[in-house]
Amino acid sequence: MIERLRLLLELTRAHSIARRYFVTNGFDGALTMLGLNMGFYSSGGVETGVVIHACLGAAIALGTSGVASAYVSESAEREKDLKELEQAVASDLANTAHGEAARWVPFFIAAVNGLAPFLMALIIIVPLWMSEAGIGLPIGPLQLSIVVAFVLVFLLGIFLGSVSGRFWLWSGLRTLVIAIVTAALILMVGG
Amino acid sequence: MSSVKRIVLDVLKPHQPNALAFASAIADQNSGCRVTVTVTGVDEKTESTLVVVESEDIIYESIVDTISSLGGSVHSVDEVEVSSSL
Repeated sequence: MIERLRLLLELTRAHSIARRYFVTNGFDGALTMLGLNMGFYSSGGVETGVVIHACLGAAIALGTSGVASAYVSESAEREKDLKELEQAVASDLANTAHGEAARWVPFFIAAVNGLAPFLMALIIIVPLWMSEAGIGLPIGPLQLSIVVAFVLVFLLGIFLGSVSGRFWLWSGLRTLVIAIVTAALILMVGG
Repeated sequence: MSSVKRIVLDVLKPHQPNALAFASAIADQNSGCRVTVTVTGVDEKTESTLVVVESEDIIYESIVDTISSLGGSVHSVDEVEVSSSL
């Protein structure tokens, strides 16, 4: 099963596309949650339960949007590629590994695209859940969620650094600066 | 009863899987055989290859099925070595 998936991904060169989607939408998820939490933090006095519901709603929306948009665009791209390949080899490829890849790879990429922001968001919400469950936290749940968001953005930067071969700390700091600028802008707008 | 020992096929295939993965897939699906893939021409989306399969008893249909499942098509059988048992 895994070997088959590996072959299909190799045929379509989908590894790099999935990786790009993972980072792009994971970054989207982390920054959206950071924005939401910064907004709640600057407005002050919002109940944790309300924050959790708002964040969960945003996470689900990011996830479904990621799945749907990637599936629609990827299946169209794969169909186009398959038709061009069929013309080149002058035969029907529907029942070959290429046909199988055109049918299944969009599902895989859609799952990556949807799960990346959804999981990022869920991880960022964890301190809020812990607080609601009565688990003691070293700092306020909102502040801890914001810290988790910064850490995730930093880790995404490190991941990108490992992909590009760039020094991991520089790459992580670069994405962290983007998150800090985002948080500063929200604080400025929110007063 | 004769058995096919060596067969050379002219195959047109997409760039992916590459020659290494293509040869490995044929060898995996047809145990005990030795496969050589030589790329003889490269086009925008396809490449022409010479696929040489050597074994004690080659099952031609099985080789063609594997090639087809990977998107390749056999254009011609260029060379065959067959031996008969005593």
